Amino acid sequence: MRSKVVLRRLFRNNQARYGFVALVALVLVAYVGPYIGKYDWTEKDFMAFLSAPSADHWWGTTSIGQDLYAVTLRGMQKSILIGLMVALISTGLAAIVGAFAGYFGGWVDRVLMWGVELLLVLPSFLLIAIISPRLKSGNWLWFVVLLAAFSWMITSRVVRSMTMSLREREYVQAALYMGIPRWKIIFRHIVPNMSSLLIIDATLNVSSAIIGEAALSFFGFGIQPPDVSLGTLIATGSDNATGYPWLFVFPAGLLVLLVLSVNLIGDGLRDALDPGSNS
Amino acid sequence: MSILEVKDLTVTFPGGVQAVRGVSYEVERGEVLGIVGESGSGKSVTSLAIMGLLQQNSVVSGSVKLHGQELIGMKEDELVKVRGKSISMIFQDPLSAFTPVYTIGDQIAEAVRIHQKVNKDKAAKRAVELLDLVGIPHPDVRAKAFPHEFSGGMRQRAMIAMAIANDPDLLICDEPTTALDVTIQAQVLEVLKTAQQETGAGIVMITHDLGVIAGMADRVLVMYAGKPVEQGSVDDIYYRPRMPYTMGLLASIPRIDGEEGALVPIEGNPPSPASLPPGCPFAPRCPMKVDMCDEQEPPLVPSGAGRHVACIRAQEIEHKGLTGADVFPVPVIPPSDVVRVPRAERPTVLELDSMIRHYPLMKGAVFKRRVGTVHAVDGISFDIAEGETLALVGESGCGKTTTLQQIMQLAPPQGGRVVVLGKDSSTMDAATRKALRKDLQIVFQDPMAALDPRMPVGDIIAEPLRAHGRKDVEARVAELLELVGLAPEYAERYPQQFSGGQRQRIGIARALALEPKLIVLDEPVSALDVSIQAGVINLLEELKNTLGLSYLFVAHDLAVVRHLADRVAVMYLGKIAEIGTVQSVYDHPAHPYTQALLSAIPLPDPELERNRKRILLEGDLPSPADPPSGCRFRTRCPKFARLSADEQRRCVDEEPSIARLASAVDHGAACHYAEEVEVITASDDQEEK
Repeated sequence: MRSKVVLRRLFRNNQARYGFVALVALVLVAYVGPYIGKYDWTEKDFMAFLSAPSADHWWGTTSIGQDLYAVTLRGMQKSILIGLMVALISTGLAAIVGAFAGYFGGWVDRVLMWGVELLLVLPSFLLIAIISPRLKSGNWLWFVVLLAAFSWMITSRVVRSMTMSLREREYVQAALYMGIPRWKIIFRHIVPNMSSLLIIDATLNVSSAIIGEAALSFFGFGIQPPDVSLGTLIATGSDNATGYPWLFVFPAGLLVLLVLSVNLIGDGLRDALDPGSNS
Repeated sequence: MSILEVKDLTVTFPGGVQAVRGVSYEVERGEVLGIVGESGSGKSVTSLAIMGLLQQNSVVSGSVKLHGQELIGMKEDELVKVRGKSISMIFQDPLSAFTPVYTIGDQIAEAVRIHQKVNKDKAAKRAVELLDLVGIPHPDVRAKAFPHEFSGGMRQRAMIAMAIANDPDLLICDEPTTALDVTIQAQVLEVLKTAQQETGAGIVMITHDLGVIAGMADRVLVMYAGKPVEQGSVDDIYYRPRMPYTMGLLASIPRIDGEEGALVPIEGNPPSPASLPPGCPFAPRCPMKVDMCDEQEPPLVPSGAGRHVACIRAQEIEHKGLTGADVFPVPVIPPSDVVRVPRAERPTVLELDSMIRHYPLMKGAVFKRRVGTVHAVDGISFDIAEGETLALVGESGCGKTTTLQQIMQLAPPQGGRVVVLGKDSSTMDAATRKALRKDLQIVFQDPMAALDPRMPVGDIIAEPLRAHGRKDVEARVAELLELVGLAPEYAERYPQQFSGGQRQRIGIARALALEPKLIVLDEPVSALDVSIQAGVINLLEELKNTLGLSYLFVAHDLAVVRHLADRVAVMYLGKIAEIGTVQSVYDHPAHPYTQALLSAIPLPDPELERNRKRILLEGDLPSPADPPSGCRFRTRCPKFARLSADEQRRCVDEEPSIARLASAVDHGAACHYAEEVEVITASDDQEEK
C-alpha cells in the first residue's frame, strides 16, 4: 500500500514530473544526440582549432580540433552513470551501515563504527591512487565502486545517531512486539523515517561524484584521455573560460541541468514520502 | 470591583486563522474563574494574549483592562512592568518554565528584584520565605538547588512561589496540574488555595479537567472553537447546564463515584479553527440541532442571574430540565457471554508470580561500575482470567510500565514467573514466542508516537497480519477499520491526517488484527480529550464483550479505571499495595495509599468537592533505587504517623505481604494495619462522627 500511495503522490508532484522529464531528456541527448551530430567524438577537425560555435561545429571546437558537441555528449554518458551510481551506492551504504549500527548497538555498533572511522582517517585519495592503476585494464565500474566506497562515512554517522533516537519510538517497539524481525523493522520503519536526509544526501552526492571524478582524472586516475567525462571537460574548459567561453559553458551547463533535474526528482520524492507535505 | 475585564478579545494568527473569536469575562478580587475547553478551543491562546506573550505576527483585538488600564496595544516596556507584578502566570510544564542553569532561589529572587527595589540578600530571604509558604521542606537548603534536582510537584510549587513573589492581583494558571500525579496534584491545588488566600488575588484557572474546576472555581467559562459558549457560577454550570456542549462534556466524564454502564460520548471532533462550520460551531456534533442552528452563530446572551449561554434552544433545555444523558444518545454495549461463567472456572490468560525487574545503576564514563540497583518491580503477582479487565494503577515511577514491558517482551524475567496463556516465558523457544505474539497485543498511550508517521494506515494495520503470514490482508484491514468505527477508505491516508481519537482507534485496530486473546492497554485514553475519550472507552468495552478479550489496563486515571476494569491492582514503588474487585477497592479501600489516591481525585461535582475531606500525602515518591525498609509506603503514610512506637516498629522492620480481607471475596491489601474506609465521598461531617 505504501509504495502505491508514494508512487501516486510522486506522479502528482509537479517538481518530480519536471525532474523526470529533464533527466530522461538529458539521457536521450547523451545517447541519441551523437547520432545527430556531424562529427564523431574521436574525429579531429584540423581546419578549426578553438573555433567558436557555428553551423558546422554547433558548440565550437577544442584546442585540438575536437567537435565539442560530440565530446561533451560522450563525456556526459559516463558522467550520468558515474554520478547516479555513486550517489545510490554511497547513500545506500550509509543508510544500511548507520541504521544497523544505531539500531543494534553493542558490538555490531562498535565493529561497524570502527570500520567507518578507519575509512574516515585513511586518506581516500591515496588509496584510490594506489588501487586504480591495478584496475586500469578493468572496467570503469570499479572506479564507481571506489568513489562510492569513500564518500558514505559521514552520512552513516548521522544516520546512526538518528537511528538511535528513532529506535526508542513507540511504533518501533510496537513492531517488535508484533514479532517482526529486526532487520525488517530497520527497512520498514527506520530508513523511511530518515528518507528526507537520505534523499538530500543522494542528490548532493550526484554532483560531488561528477566533480570528484574530474579531480581524480586530472591526476591520472579514472577516466583517461583520449576518453572524456563531463568532469574532465569542465576542468580543462575552466582554464580558458574567459577567452573561449564555449569550452566551459556547454559542459558546465549540462552538469547544472543534470544536477538540477536530480534535485527536482529528489525534492519530489521527499514530498511524496513525507505525509506532512501537501504538494 | 473587577480586577480584569476582557471584552471581545479576538486573536488572529497569520494566514487568517481565528483562534479566539470574541471572549469576554471579568475576574474579581479573590475570585477563581475556571476556563474549560478541549484542546484547540483557544483557552490557552486567550491567556497568552492577555499577558501579551503571543508571537509578534498574530493580531490581537478587543480590550483587556487591568484595573481599568488597557493592556492591548500597550508598549512592550510598559507591559513588562505589569507582567509578573500585577499578573503572573503558572505554566503547565514546570521543567521548561525554569532556566536549568540557575538555582531555584536565584530565579525567584530575580522575579522579586525586577519589580521591587530590594537588595540581593533581602530578595534571597524573600525567596526562601516564599518557598516555605508553598510548603517546600527545608526551604533555605532547597533554594540553592537547581530545577532538575526538584521533583515535578516541587517544581510546580516553586513556580507558584515565583508567581506570587510580587503579590500579583491576578494569577493565570494554564493547566497547572496536568503534568502531575493525582496525589501531587492535590498538594499543588492546596498550595494554590493558600497562595490565593495569602495574596487575595483573582485566579484564572485554565484546564480540561472538570474535576479540578469543580473544586477550585467560583465561576466557569466553557469555551468551544475559540468562543465562550456558556458562562455562569460553578453550581449552575455543573448542575444546570443549558448548552448541549457543556451537557455532553459533563455526561462524558467517567467518575470514580459513578455507576457502571456506557459513557455518553460526543460524536465527531472539534472543528479546526481554519474551517469552521456555518452557524453554531457545535451544530455538527449536537444531538439537539435544528435547521436554524446552521444559519447563524448564536451569540452569548444573558440567561438568568450572572449566566450567559450561546444556544438558541437554551430556554427549552431549561424548561424541560434536560441533562446530557437525556439529550445525547447513550450507546448500547452488548453484554459479555464469558462473564456468566464464574471467575474461578475461567481459564487464566496471564499470570505473574512474584516477578522482579531490577536495573543496575551505573556510574562512570570510561570504567562503568555498578553503584546501586533500581528496584523497578520488586515481586508482584496477579492473574487475569478470560474476559476480564485488570487495571494496574499507580503514580509515575511505581513500575507500571516496567511490568508491562516485561510482559510484552516475553523474555525470562530476572525473578519469578510470567505465564501468558499457560506458557511460561522462561521456558519458551523462539517459535512459541512468535506464535504467542499473535495472542498478546498492545495499545500505546500516545497514538501519534505509536503509529509510524511515514506509513499509510492500511499498511500499519496490515503489518501484524503480514508478519504472521495471513492471506487476504486487504479485506481484513477494511473489516478492522469498520470494527473500530472508521471508514475503510481511510486506509490510504497517513496517521497525521487523523485526530487523536481516530488515531487511537487505528492503534486499537492494529492490536485487534490478529484476533488476540489478551490486549495490554498502556494508558490508552490519557492523551485524549474528554469528549473523545468516552467514545474510545466505550469502544474498548464493546470489543471486550463481543470478542471475548481480556485486558491488562495500565492507567493513572482512576476514574477511567473504575469504568473499564473488573479488578484493580494498586502499585506503589514496585509492589502491589492493594488488589481486588473494583467495587471493593473503590468503595472500601483498605490500604492507606489507595485511600489517599482515591481521595486525591477531584470529582466533577462542586457540592461534593467543597465538603470533601482530602487525605493529603506528604512529600514525593521515594527513589526506587533506595526504597524504605519494611513497608515501602511508611515514609508518606498518614496512618503510620498515628501509630504507637511499637506498632510503627512492625512497619519499619517487616515488609507486609498481601493479606486477604475477610469482608470480601476478592480483596487484599499489603498493610499490617489495614482497615476499610470510605473515602471517595467522605466529607468533614463524617469525620466528626
